[in-house]
Amino acid sequence: MGYDFSIIFEKFPIFLPAALETLKIAAAAIIVGVIVGLFIAFGRLSKIKIIYYLSTAYVTIIRGTPIILQLFIVYFGLANVIKLDPYPSAIIAFGAHNAAYIAEIFRGAILSIDKGQMEAARSIGMTNFLAMRRVVLPQAFKRAVPNLGNQFIIAVKDSSLASTIAVRELLLKSQQLGSSNFRFMEYLLIAGIYYLIITGILSIFVNKIEKRLAVNER
Amino acid sequence: MAKRSDNKMLRVSSINKSFGDNQVLKDIDFTVYEGEVVVVIGPSGSGKSTLLRCINFLEKSESGNIYFQEELVENKEVAINKMRQSVGMVFQHFYLFPHMTVLQNIIEGPTQVKKMKKQEAIPFAEELLDKVGLLDKKDFYPAMLSGGQKQRVAIARALAMKPKLMLFDEPTSALDPELVGDVLTVMNKLAKEGMTMLVVTHEMGFAKEVADRIIFMDEGRIVEEGNPDSFFIKPENPRVKEFLSCII
Repeated sequence: MGYDFSIIFEKFPIFLPAALETLKIAAAAIIVGVIVGLFIAFGRLSKIKIIYYLSTAYVTIIRGTPIILQLFIVYFGLANVIKLDPYPSAIIAFGAHNAAYIAEIFRGAILSIDKGQMEAARSIGMTNFLAMRRVVLPQAFKRAVPNLGNQFIIAVKDSSLASTIAVRELLLKSQQLGSSNFRFMEYLLIAGIYYLIITGILSIFVNKIEKRLAVNER
Repeated sequence: MAKRSDNKMLRVSSINKSFGDNQVLKDIDFTVYEGEVVVVIGPSGSGKSTLLRCINFLEKSESGNIYFQEELVENKEVAINKMRQSVGMVFQHFYLFPHMTVLQNIIEGPTQVKKMKKQEAIPFAEELLDKVGLLDKKDFYPAMLSGGQKQRVAIARALAMKPKLMLFDEPTSALDPELVGDVLTVMNKLAKEGMTMLVVTHEMGFAKEVADRIIFMDEGRIVEEGNPDSFFIKPENPRVKEFLSCII
């Protein structure tokens, strides 16, 4: 039957709602991931043993198991206890997943800041909390930006796994349309182009932030 | 010469400190009086920097006490933070906050710790910058400054808290030789204004000229203590003689 690439142009616009779904899931996963990740990072840096062990266990478990398994546990596994819709299931699973990776990004960035910065801040009478907030975290955040950008791009692509629990995002859309007339390639390419546009814009955005934050460095 | 007052600014009492098996401070005892400039010298590894860091609790000593203005400083966050507001510290590697301009670095302590209003903090910061000769650099970021300029900003940042005592931890050791002079000039000026200072340094010229008293440390102990004249001209301890003959 061959390929009919004109379909790509013709059907491109009807993928827009699915692209928005992808964006929504990825954005929610990133926001949850950043907030929870920051707490986990502090937990991993905590001198309080129980907090340290709990957060370390979290990171170990999440990083050591497949993201699709985590998604299925939330959607199918928890169904006996609490029945979640596909959409919140995806956000919970992807948010929790990203939190583990983002925690490690933040932790690494905080540890990369010279101990002298903390000491200098403490030596003018700052509390540990104030020194963290005013001196260490602003510098650490700056160093985390490239890695965060990378993780955000991964989050966008990983959101495609939500197709397995019937979230109507890009990949599911292309599969559904493809199976209606067996033009899989054309529809998959449309989804691919949308992903490239989203991740492309995201990396331009991250680069811009990186440049802007670098103004006071030589 | 005798500008020493009878008011004790700082008293260090039987401080002991170890890193693992290595005991770096052994029963250190001494007093710094108000208005006095005390210079600590000695070979590297003798515990000078650790001593300074124990005084403002950046290192926790295993035993012994610190008295600031005749009051015991308890090993508790609140007490330590309160003391640190009155004890300025200048580090070998400056540790300016790189994400803040020179002016922001200086007003950070007063505005964040002392809750001073910006309108009050800024004129005072500018006054201090003028004093260290860097008013024209106030909107620069630390990365745009030379080492000597960074250290002078660091001194101004410490002074912004209106400290009663200033600790200097090898303030010129990380500087290019031609930049050392500018920093020493500022320290000299401070000493003349009557600031109480405890300085760890290898600058013997500064020690001779500015110090009221010299403390010589070796292997974690105070080996000799005296005024610069007797110390440099007729040292008694053989370890001091050996050290001085190596560097002068």
